[in-house]
Amino acid sequence: MADTAITVEKARKKYGGTAGKNALDGLDLTVARGTVHAVLGPNGAGKTTLVRILSTLLLPDSGRVEVAGHDVVRQAYEVRLRIGLLGQHAALDEELGGHQNLDMFGRLYHLGARHARVRADELLERFGLADTGRKPVKQYSGGMRRRLDLAASLITDPEVLFLDEPTTGLDPRGRAEVWSAVRSLVGGGTTVLLTTQYLEEADQLADRISVVDAGRVIADGTADELKALTGGDRIDVVLRDAGHLGAAVALLPIPKDEVSVDPDRRLLSAPVTDRMAALSGVVRALEEAGIEAEDVALRRPTLDEVFLHLTGEHQRVKEAA
Amino acid sequence: MTAYALTDSWTMTRRELAHWARQPVQVVFNLVFPVMLLLMFGYLIGGGRGVQGSYVDYLLPGMLALTMAFGLEGTMIAVTQDLNKGVVDRFRSMPMANGAVLVGRSAADMLQSALTLCVLMGVGYGLGWRADGGLGAFLGAVGLLLLFRFAMLWIGIHLALVAGKPELVQSVQILVWPIGFLSNALASPESMPGWLGTVVEWNPMSQTATAVRDLFGGTGAQTVGAAIVWPLVLLAVFFPLAVRRFSRLSR
Repeated sequence: MADTAITVEKARKKYGGTAGKNALDGLDLTVARGTVHAVLGPNGAGKTTLVRILSTLLLPDSGRVEVAGHDVVRQAYEVRLRIGLLGQHAALDEELGGHQNLDMFGRLYHLGARHARVRADELLERFGLADTGRKPVKQYSGGMRRRLDLAASLITDPEVLFLDEPTTGLDPRGRAEVWSAVRSLVGGGTTVLLTTQYLEEADQLADRISVVDAGRVIADGTADELKALTGGDRIDVVLRDAGHLGAAVALLPIPKDEVSVDPDRRLLSAPVTDRMAALSGVVRALEEAGIEAEDVALRRPTLDEVFLHLTGEHQRVKEAA
Repeated sequence: MTAYALTDSWTMTRRELAHWARQPVQVVFNLVFPVMLLLMFGYLIGGGRGVQGSYVDYLLPGMLALTMAFGLEGTMIAVTQDLNKGVVDRFRSMPMANGAVLVGRSAADMLQSALTLCVLMGVGYGLGWRADGGLGAFLGAVGLLLLFRFAMLWIGIHLALVAGKPELVQSVQILVWPIGFLSNALASPESMPGWLGTVVEWNPMSQTATAVRDLFGGTGAQTVGAAIVWPLVLLAVFFPLAVRRFSRLSR
């Protein structure tokens, strides 16, 4: 119990009455204390609904949801004392300055006027916003706004922090800023649940990843475990001439039904079991056929492939049912 | 949790006051706009159809009531903006007193309305308007206007929570005008076709305007009852509706 920061059992949520769509369809999730957990899924998978339920903004229709040892429905106040939320859209007062925002939120966390002010200074300093604390937030850049938003969700050093697509819409620099801020939190023992559509983000930040589709978790594990799910290593072959792709697929010693071909990049890619045998076999076959290759490489599958593989499989299961 | 209701409400009121400090031009504009209307109707358009006696004595109470009614718009815009900017999400995820967001809004809007009344009455004084009913009647009249504004405030909050989208604010902004003018604020109902006069007299705003006229004019308090009952009825309907809507944001 003490090792679990978030427990979700069979959570269901439907919008717009009984005829509505199931945003959460019996979702289960357990997040260990002090870890970073990524919830990965496409648009409309139910990620935001999950975060809104976990942060007491939305009531689940059914199921059990506990955050920091308290039930989000019956003990919402207890939960609110222990969480921080960084929503998809900046939850800031745009008219006020950065310092005014943090000071206001600090007072609402009942730090007292003086402590709230000091805390606001500290956080502005820590997030590199000390110089711009007086400027109204509407004049902030996207990255600055996100950092201030993150600072606001850390006023009370929450036990559990929710980040709903924290880097959507940011440029690469803003994204790197948010990533480094999240990494610095983890040392402090905060449990972080973040949702994302970016596999790279989940890979970079998270200890464990839950892949969500259509309101359910369809796979769960570390990035490596998930990568292993698609069946290990792959071989990539880039040809000089895209016209030879068809011929290459036909003659190479690879499983024909699992080859993916990308004519724009003159690339064919296939799973392999015996790495060395596959590599030498492919190179020899290409030489014998006189097909010129620019590159032949062995690699681990990317999370993108894992993701497509998993959601595709889920789709097929649903269609078959 | 309730121990913090007052602190939190004050924090939320401070927030609105900080907005004023950030946007002094907006504050001044909000104060000047009703004055502009007063001058327009007093000198350009009006003349006061069917009004006996001094028109400024008739018009000013009407303008005061009209300004209170138009306050509905301002409330609705502010609440809608908050909801759409996500800052309310942060408030709702915090361990703060639930209604403090709405209390802060009310306090700031009421304060602004009181200021507006002062400015309008000051300008009215310059135009020759006088309150002849004594201090008690004067304060009573101001009280009725603020009560009416308070009812408008909660209608505004409710509409914002129901509509939730900036586009719908626009239609309310447009509708407020005919509803405001379908009253005895600017012209006497006797000068209108019979059926229209009846509608106009039933308009809650007309009740407030009439009672305020009587109190300022020192012509008795028999119209005050309706000016108390109407806003209270509106409050009895819209206050619980708005509070319920707000707490149901989580559904």
